[in-house]
Amino acid sequence: MVNYPISVSLNSVSVKRRGKSVLGPLSLDFKVDGFNIVLGPNGAGKTTFLKVLHGVERVSYGTVKWSIPDAKARQSQAYVFQSPIMLRRSVRQNLAYPLQLVGMDKAEITTRVVEWAQKIGLQDVLDFPAPRLSGGEQQKLALGRALIRTPQVLFLDEPCANLDGRSTREIEELLKNATQAGTHIIMTTHDLGQARRLAGRILFFLNGTLHEQGNASEFFITPSTSAARAFLNGDIIE
Amino acid sequence: MIHFIFAVLIVFSTQVQAETMRLAATTSFNNSGLSDVLLPAIRMDTGLDVQLLIVGTGQAIRLGEAGDVDAILVHSKTAEAAFVAAGFGTHRRNIMYNDFVIIGPRSDPAKISEAESAVGAIQLIFEARNSFVSRGDDSGTHKKELALWSAAVLDPRHFGPWYKAVGAGMGASLNSASGLNSYIMADRASWLNFGNKGALELLFSGDPMLFNQYAYIAVNPDKHNHVNIQAARRLEQWLLSARAKSIINNYKINGEACIYLQWHALALYYIKGLI
Amino acid sequence: MNEIWAGIQEAFWLIIILDSDLIEITVRSLKVSFTALVVASALALPFGTWLAIRRFRYRRVTIAALNALMGLPPVVVGLIVYLLLSRSGPFGVLGLLFTPTAMIVAQVIIITPLIASITHQAMRELWSEYHDLLISLNTSKRQRVAALIWDGRRTLMTAALAGFGRAIGEVGAIMIVGGNIDHATRVLTTAIALETGKGDFALALGLGFVLIALTLVVNLAIHALSRTEREGTW
Ligand SMILES: Nc1ncnc2c1ncn2[C@@H]1O[C@H](COP(=O)(O)OP(=O)(O)OP(=O)(O)O)[C@@H](O)[C@H]1O
Ligand SMILES: [Mg+2]
Repeated sequence: MVNYPISVSLNSVSVKRRGKSVLGPLSLDFKVDGFNIVLGPNGAGKTTFLKVLHGVERVSYGTVKWSIPDAKARQSQAYVFQSPIMLRRSVRQNLAYPLQLVGMDKAEITTRVVEWAQKIGLQDVLDFPAPRLSGGEQQKLALGRALIRTPQVLFLDEPCANLDGRSTREIEELLKNATQAGTHIIMTTHDLGQARRLAGRILFFLNGTLHEQGNASEFFITPSTSAARAFLNGDIIE
Repeated sequence: MIHFIFAVLIVFSTQVQAETMRLAATTSFNNSGLSDVLLPAIRMDTGLDVQLLIVGTGQAIRLGEAGDVDAILVHSKTAEAAFVAAGFGTHRRNIMYNDFVIIGPRSDPAKISEAESAVGAIQLIFEARNSFVSRGDDSGTHKKELALWSAAVLDPRHFGPWYKAVGAGMGASLNSASGLNSYIMADRASWLNFGNKGALELLFSGDPMLFNQYAYIAVNPDKHNHVNIQAARRLEQWLLSARAKSIINNYKINGEACIYLQWHALALYYIKGLI
Repeated sequence: MNEIWAGIQEAFWLIIILDSDLIEITVRSLKVSFTALVVASALALPFGTWLAIRRFRYRRVTIAALNALMGLPPVVVGLIVYLLLSRSGPFGVLGLLFTPTAMIVAQVIIITPLIASITHQAMRELWSEYHDLLISLNTSKRQRVAALIWDGRRTLMTAALAGFGRAIGEVGAIMIVGGNIDHATRVLTTAIALETGKGDFALALGLGFVLIALTLVVNLAIHALSRTEREGTW
């Protein structure tokens, strides 16, 4: 897959819910390239930011524009939600669903489903009802279902929150392979070690605004704001 | 979708065949069991499939007025006369008689079995304030009961809680009376055919005032051109035939005759010395 | 107590000898209520689903109206259908009063709001669960509805069965619009009312037990379905 340059521009975007400002106002030209990690304390607005970019959360004000037409943008993206959404179907059918939607032929679907079930380690439970998988298995399935359509941009909202160390490493391998294959990733995580291992670029959110951003290497060594420094040290941010 | 619904509706509406007619008849006609004997005979002799709607006289007349039935078989002379006078029926034809009876607890606390007349009997009930169940449904039986009270110069509207207007058909009212061990007026056929008599017993009958006349009226096609007047006339002819006569006159419940063709009823009462 | 025992015996005999009247009446009951169910489901399932997905101006009012309609007393429905279908009513020319069709119409009116309301509740829950995923996967409207209906099929079946249970046990409305005509519009419930009127409690109870058995089967089916739903085995 060719590594298309892809960018998104946010023009004074804000999200208000119940009279409370949840995100923004935020203006940003963002070249999505490689592995981007969104950091920030709980309630900082990370999830909201990802959903706004993907277009599943509507904005109260402002515009979000991708460098490709709106209709194609979401088609070429995938999203793994913070709490996995399982279709009330078998693991197999969950994996097949995104492919069925785009009208892929049956034989092709079958081979891809088996292939991805192996990659996420669920090949033995293919006919098991997805909602009855464990939390970690559900997260793996959600990730497989997101990657199966080889998206251009992949949003991941804490994909490893419920995973053990080994599974986390396996997933990280999958994600690295995906970026090498040309998928750009925007991911949130609370695991700073993981962020250090994977990130190319860091976006640090605080109180609904983008507080600081930069290359991962610089951010982790010399964060420019005191809040980011405190966050990295695990201190309470005032 | 719409097509589907229509298809379903049509499947059912086409079940109504040409030789079907609808007759609204009073509860007593059916409860007596007479209809179970008459309808098959009618089908055999005339080919008519008579669909019977069992309702009170009040509703039967409304059904006739609305043109929802082809003929009515009721027992309330004044209402029938008004029906025909208003042009809803072609003419009324007396078909048969039976009689009303007064039912009550076997112990007969009001002592109505010793009454001289029907009016005397209900006066005794009034004096004893013994519980009394009234149909209260504007049926022929109900109208007859009201006529008795007014003949006794009494007004049920001012009665106490002992007078219970249940607003139900003959059978349901008899069930209430049986449950409450009350007095009640019923037609003889319904009473004989009633299965839940409990401690009730027939206490008073035989007063000519308790005659219960059934009349047949075909709905006037001038008012409702869709009614099956041919069938209604054929049924009328049949009801007047010798065969109908013999079926009706020979009809017995538990060995007791209870409903009679007109001439027969008069004769019977005459023989009994009641007229 | 005697009466109940006699009723049980009567029911037993009616079934053992396959009483032709009993069979005719039972078949008619099933036919009428099943047709009403099919028609009502064809209306209520899409409508309830649509109501769960679409936001529009009078949505809340519509839902409130639907819930109010669910509580409509069947006799009132019966009376209104009666007046509409009467020869002197607006649809009199169709000649439908006192036919099984009239009973189907009344039952459809009684159970459609019930099915639509249960459908709406179930679909709303499923939709809020699926919303983000289906939007994210860039599904078309049609694909969304298909996913909801397919994955909610057990709940929808439960809704339909609840409607069927209500239809087959209903007496007030169909007595009025059907007229309880022997061999034409007599069904289990109206036959029970009639036999009770005659004071023939044994036969009435016998018919009652047949009806209870039918509703029991229906409710067991509902139970089985909702259990498989909860356990998520499919
Ligand atoms: N629909 C809503 N109504 C009210 N408040 C909301 C709504 N959605 C989000 N919020 C609030 O917006 C804030 C940001 O939420 P968001 O989910 O983006 O946080 P987050 O950074 O992802 O947090 P976490 O690390 O816990 O996942 C939170 O305080 C949340 O309570
Ligand atoms: Mg979050």
